Amino acid sequence: MAEFALPKHSKIVKGIDYPIKSEAENTKKINVYRWSPDDDENPRIDSYTIDLDQCGPMVLDALIKIKQEIDSSLTFRRSCREGICGSCSMNIDGTNTLACLKSIDDVKGDLNIYPLPHMEVIKDLVPDLSKAYEQLTSVKPWLQSKSDPEKGKSRKQSPKEREKIDGLWECVLCFSCSTSCPSYWWNGDKYLGPAVLLQAYRWIADSRDENTEQRLEELEDSFKLYRCHTIMNCTKTCPKGLNPAKAIGEIKKLQLERK
Amino acid sequence: MSEYEIVDHEHDVVVVGAGGAGLRATLGMVSGGLKTACITKVFPTRSHTVAAQGGIGAALNNMGENDSWQFHMYDTVKGSDWLGDQDAIEYMCKEAIPSVTELENFGVPFSRTEDGEVYQRPFGGHTLDYGKKMARRACAAADRTGHAILHTLYQQCLKYQAEFFVEYIALDLLMDDNGKCVGVLALCMDDGKIHRFRGHQTVLATGGYGRVYFSCTSAHTCTGDGNAMVLRAGLPLQDMEFVQFHPTGVYGAGVLITEGSRGEGGYLTNSEGERFMERYAPTAKDLASRDVVSRSMTIEINEGRGVGPNKDHIFMHLEHIDPATLQMRLPGISETAKIFCGVDVTKEPIPVLPTVHYNMGGIPTNYHGEVVTRKGNDQDAVVSGLMAIGEAACVSVHGANRLGTNSLLDIVVFGRAAAQRALKTVEKGSAHVPLPKRVTDKILARLDKVRYSNGDISVGEVRNSMQNAMQKHAAVFRSNTSMKEGVQKVDTISKGMDNIGIKDRSMIFNTDLVEALELENLMQQAIVTMKSADQRKESRGAHSHEDYPERDDKNWMKHTIMWLNEKNKTKLDYRDVHLNTLTNEVASIPPAARVY
Repeated sequence: MAEFALPKHSKIVKGIDYPIKSEAENTKKINVYRWSPDDDENPRIDSYTIDLDQCGPMVLDALIKIKQEIDSSLTFRRSCREGICGSCSMNIDGTNTLACLKSIDDVKGDLNIYPLPHMEVIKDLVPDLSKAYEQLTSVKPWLQSKSDPEKGKSRKQSPKEREKIDGLWECVLCFSCSTSCPSYWWNGDKYLGPAVLLQAYRWIADSRDENTEQRLEELEDSFKLYRCHTIMNCTKTCPKGLNPAKAIGEIKKLQLERK
Repeated sequence: MSEYEIVDHEHDVVVVGAGGAGLRATLGMVSGGLKTACITKVFPTRSHTVAAQGGIGAALNNMGENDSWQFHMYDTVKGSDWLGDQDAIEYMCKEAIPSVTELENFGVPFSRTEDGEVYQRPFGGHTLDYGKKMARRACAAADRTGHAILHTLYQQCLKYQAEFFVEYIALDLLMDDNGKCVGVLALCMDDGKIHRFRGHQTVLATGGYGRVYFSCTSAHTCTGDGNAMVLRAGLPLQDMEFVQFHPTGVYGAGVLITEGSRGEGGYLTNSEGERFMERYAPTAKDLASRDVVSRSMTIEINEGRGVGPNKDHIFMHLEHIDPATLQMRLPGISETAKIFCGVDVTKEPIPVLPTVHYNMGGIPTNYHGEVVTRKGNDQDAVVSGLMAIGEAACVSVHGANRLGTNSLLDIVVFGRAAAQRALKTVEKGSAHVPLPKRVTDKILARLDKVRYSNGDISVGEVRNSMQNAMQKHAAVFRSNTSMKEGVQKVDTISKGMDNIGIKDRSMIFNTDLVEALELENLMQQAIVTMKSADQRKESRGAHSHEDYPERDDKNWMKHTIMWLNEKNKTKLDYRDVHLNTLTNEVASIPPAARVY
């Protein structure tokens, strides 16, 4: 018999409302997903109203302000605050992005913040990314070459060859793309997802790597690669402006060429 | 005390931190066959090395300028204002060449020259022929060199199946009765369990502590946890008064705009539109050392020639550079300027301000990465079982002021050196002696104190007060009066730690607890930084003392070392600067006036 009940902790309930205490003209209500594994409670949405005149411009600034001044138990990852470390990826106003690069002003009305979709939640806005990291390891994301470079010398690479990996190596592994992909939501255990496929292509496209054939062979799989249905959410959502969908397309093209 | 489940691990070596230094050390150790644990509080590629932009210095001589490691060494000694140890500097500049070539061989996506070599750009303080003209020595991957290197090192570690413990926060070093380090105790954030890591060497690669300041380019996670663990282990920190202000942090946001942007032809102007650096540094101009540029900018602002409505910052121009070059060489900062100040760099200048960027000071080590301390007349006494590398360490290769590109170099060269040393000194698979229970209990008691703290001051409040005090009293320019006041303020603020309270009592991913632990770490370093600054009565590198505007080699060419006891009282001593070189391939560089 099919199971019709939703899994435990699927229903989100209304949580605590923290109204603003001081007088302020320029306020914003920020609704944040909260869940802790310590009790058996369902997830809830807590609402914090903050004074935007006393807050930095980015969504991460607002979260830090809340943690610092209103509720220190609010849990999220953050580090560089300039869009290069990839820690603070989350779903803001319905879109996966980095909180440090997302301007509060870009969001009209209340600001709704959830963890990255369809990942196990460790706590509040912190998703468990360990499976995604394992998938990354599975594509052997390091330089593989049969020949050793001349001892004490760099390998040569022309600017033209080097250009081919532009837009690939800059990925910050925030997994905004993979967690925006319906195919990955559905088959995340077997489909590698855009972030990892972008990394796989980064090495296929690098003129210094000599294991292209083997790499393509390992990706030739109806799930690992071909669960990409060119939905393009990945490219649309990437906070770094990269194009994982194009990288996947290039891999598919190479697969056709080898047949 | 509450009962914690303790998970025990035994390794040959334990590395704490997975930035560039920690990963390079881990890679060298694992590939050499040592059983290595790498513990990190963030996933490796989120470490702050990722934010380094401009390049890594090495005299590869790819631009056909007859560059040499001797020139690089001269520039580094001069940049350090003769506080750097010349044996270590010789080692770093010489080993730079094989170390960076190795990075390329590992797969770092360096930008390339037309003939396919690693691209190199000019950078502040790097010259040819002992200061005669600017050198192109910074090996760059566009303006995301740190990202390129960090990701590649992580990939190499994956290749060798290095053992990572991700999102573990190190609590304290395990020190035995003889003062030997035998491992580290850490808290796993994921499930709240305590992990006891035993290693014959423990390598601290925990980075800098920029977050003692209010405005810094450093990540939120740059809290100098290793430095604080060293203080709590009864060991000193060295040269903590030397804090680098990067000339070009974005006004307001504090995020970094690489010096490489001036390397590619960018320049600074004041409110009169004047390229004022020509007055302060006639030869190097905008590419003088960072301390020199930051001071010049501050003088311009103080004398009323700042830009903006409050005349409190400076403009940096890139709009005269070909947009295609900007797109190819500086794509990252073009994006940063757009996002954080709404500036299109092809059309208008970026508002910038000197911003705290790097800690020259840290854990004293020799050039093998072994931690040293002063024991009586022995100034270089090695602390058994303990190593430190990267920004956490003070080798000292940066002395009183670090040159741009030498931090990425430092982490790679000394990460590699630490691995080589451990391969020589550690017997693979040898047994660990039992450790008395009280060593762990003491650390857990400290954890409990923070975990159950229920005072009425929040971590955020105390942190803000500390950061503001440091920003004001340990600034670009310092004076007797200001620093005395700073010492008192920090002392008062540090007492607030007894009254902090945290709200989250969970043991699962408790960032409230972690931030409190980090604040304790920061506070201890703030005390030592402020006191070290207050006692140095001269101006050298980043330490600009208004009451003592000259460098005083007779009395002050020495490293400050400072201990901190459990009652937050400091003890001061000094170590000699190593003026000797490592080999006779190069002569010691005698102190001279520093002109750019």
